[in-house]
Amino acid sequence: MTALSTRVRRRPTFSWVGVVPFFLFAFAALALPLGFLIIGSFQDTDGNLTLQNFADLSTGTIPTAFRNSIEISLVTAVGGGFFGFLLAWAVIMGGLPSWIRSAVMTFSGVASNFAGVPLALAFVFTLGNLGLITTFLLETFGLSLRKDLGFTIYSKLGIEIVYFYFQFPLMILIIAPALDGLRREWREASENLGASAFQYWRHVALPILMPSILGTMILLFGNSFGAQATAFQLTGGTIEIATIAIGRQIRGDVLHNPGLGYAMAMGMVVVMSIVITAYTWLQRRSERWLRS
Amino acid sequence: MTGHAATAPALAIGGRRQRRTGSLVAWVILLAGIVYFIVPLIATFAFSLRPTPMTLAYTNVLADPKFSGSLLYSFTVAIITIFASLAIIVPTAFWVRLKVPHLRTAVEFVTLMPFIIPAVILVFGIIRVYSAKPFVFTRTEFGSDALLVAAYVVLSFPYMYRAVDTGLASIDVRSLTEAAQSLGAGWPRIIVRVILPNLRTALLSGAFLTFAIVIGEYTIASFLARNNQFGVYLSLLGQNKAFEPAAVSLISFGLTWLAMIVIALIGRGGRDRIQITAAH
Repeated sequence: MTALSTRVRRRPTFSWVGVVPFFLFAFAALALPLGFLIIGSFQDTDGNLTLQNFADLSTGTIPTAFRNSIEISLVTAVGGGFFGFLLAWAVIMGGLPSWIRSAVMTFSGVASNFAGVPLALAFVFTLGNLGLITTFLLETFGLSLRKDLGFTIYSKLGIEIVYFYFQFPLMILIIAPALDGLRREWREASENLGASAFQYWRHVALPILMPSILGTMILLFGNSFGAQATAFQLTGGTIEIATIAIGRQIRGDVLHNPGLGYAMAMGMVVVMSIVITAYTWLQRRSERWLRS
Repeated sequence: MTGHAATAPALAIGGRRQRRTGSLVAWVILLAGIVYFIVPLIATFAFSLRPTPMTLAYTNVLADPKFSGSLLYSFTVAIITIFASLAIIVPTAFWVRLKVPHLRTAVEFVTLMPFIIPAVILVFGIIRVYSAKPFVFTRTEFGSDALLVAAYVVLSFPYMYRAVDTGLASIDVRSLTEAAQSLGAGWPRIIVRVILPNLRTALLSGAFLTFAIVIGEYTIASFLARNNQFGVYLSLLGQNKAFEPAAVSLISFGLTWLAMIVIALIGRGGRDRIQITAAH
């Protein structure tokens, strides 16, 4: 083994050549575009260095856009995390036939990838103005979702309902290995010590799972925060969220200040970076217990 | 052992009762989940059957040259993306494992960038950089197509790198490489004839996951004005037609199913594979 590594190390100067194409591509397709946005966010309309763009993030509809994005992401992350966890628990530990588990896992793989335009359309066909449930309620009970309940799918709540369609499955997919990692011995040990099922979950299982659950919820937050297609298809841009506001800025300089648009983009990248850092940190914590 | 046997029946009865109520709760949760997930699909299907005759939406769609055109376009883009991504990721992952392990963190970080940079931001930067001098790509169809593929290759990095790296971890790269070298093979030959065949499973699951992402992608394609992309076509159809979008949405769902089932079949025998994408 040592002989091998010294042989490999004999020509250290050329060993990086093999990864050059990768980094060249990453530079052209990632670093350059991102760098352009970063530099642009620190420039005013004449190209002078400024921090004004970041200060201007508090003007106009930008705060609303970010607030809506964060609200939608929080609701769908916590709600999606909670019910996704319940679903994962039901199929893995709920004593259901094992084929249900594999069916649900495969379906989760599909549903977590089934997003964007077709997903938004599917919910329009369900709860939209002419949707299946909407017309069913109206014709059977004379109940109008819009007039009687004040509900429309083309709203913030609507976006949240639709996002759950990919948030639940994502939670199931990520949390399933963690549930599998709960050892039978831990349950037996707590039962032998006289713990009830509730006590086992409250004092043993949930504390062990908590970093995974929180970490996955954070991931769900990021998943929803960066989503654009679904919300745009659903509402046509009538609900102000960060990705849609940036989309408008791409099509034309609607803010009348390119730098402000770049600063918005930076704002999103900062939020996403915090999200991913928190996720990585929690993931490392959860691995301590669940390594098998 | 005998002590256990004496208490076992009592425990089993208590345990079974708990299990039964537990499983009742589990059934209720599962049922609620099924309702939430199935109803939109049923609604879409019902909607697609509303015209008379019932299959009109489907026959209209299948007769529409734009439908087949968009499918063909997206398939082509997906395949080019997959090969471009493989051409970049396989040598890189191989090289990182074999020669430059200290670059692993840097490479991994780059491949995970799509999780930090949402698609809308990526396309924002790409359009601004490549629509002005000295790189004017967005003026020509070919240039825009190339930008689309480049963006999709970036999107595919997290899945492709993870799939290939996991695949490499399961084979003894070093021994295989040295065996091939001692038989006189050069680097291209080693990668194509020795490493790739051993990575078949990993490559296929990475490829089909990429396929699933690319086929329905909307955000990047719409900003690059790639109206032939399947997702953009469906969106435009949704603005102009009533029932056809329902039919196409179901077809799109079917395609995602197909990709996932293929991945499940490829990865059979392993643990549950996690298929997570971020192209919403």
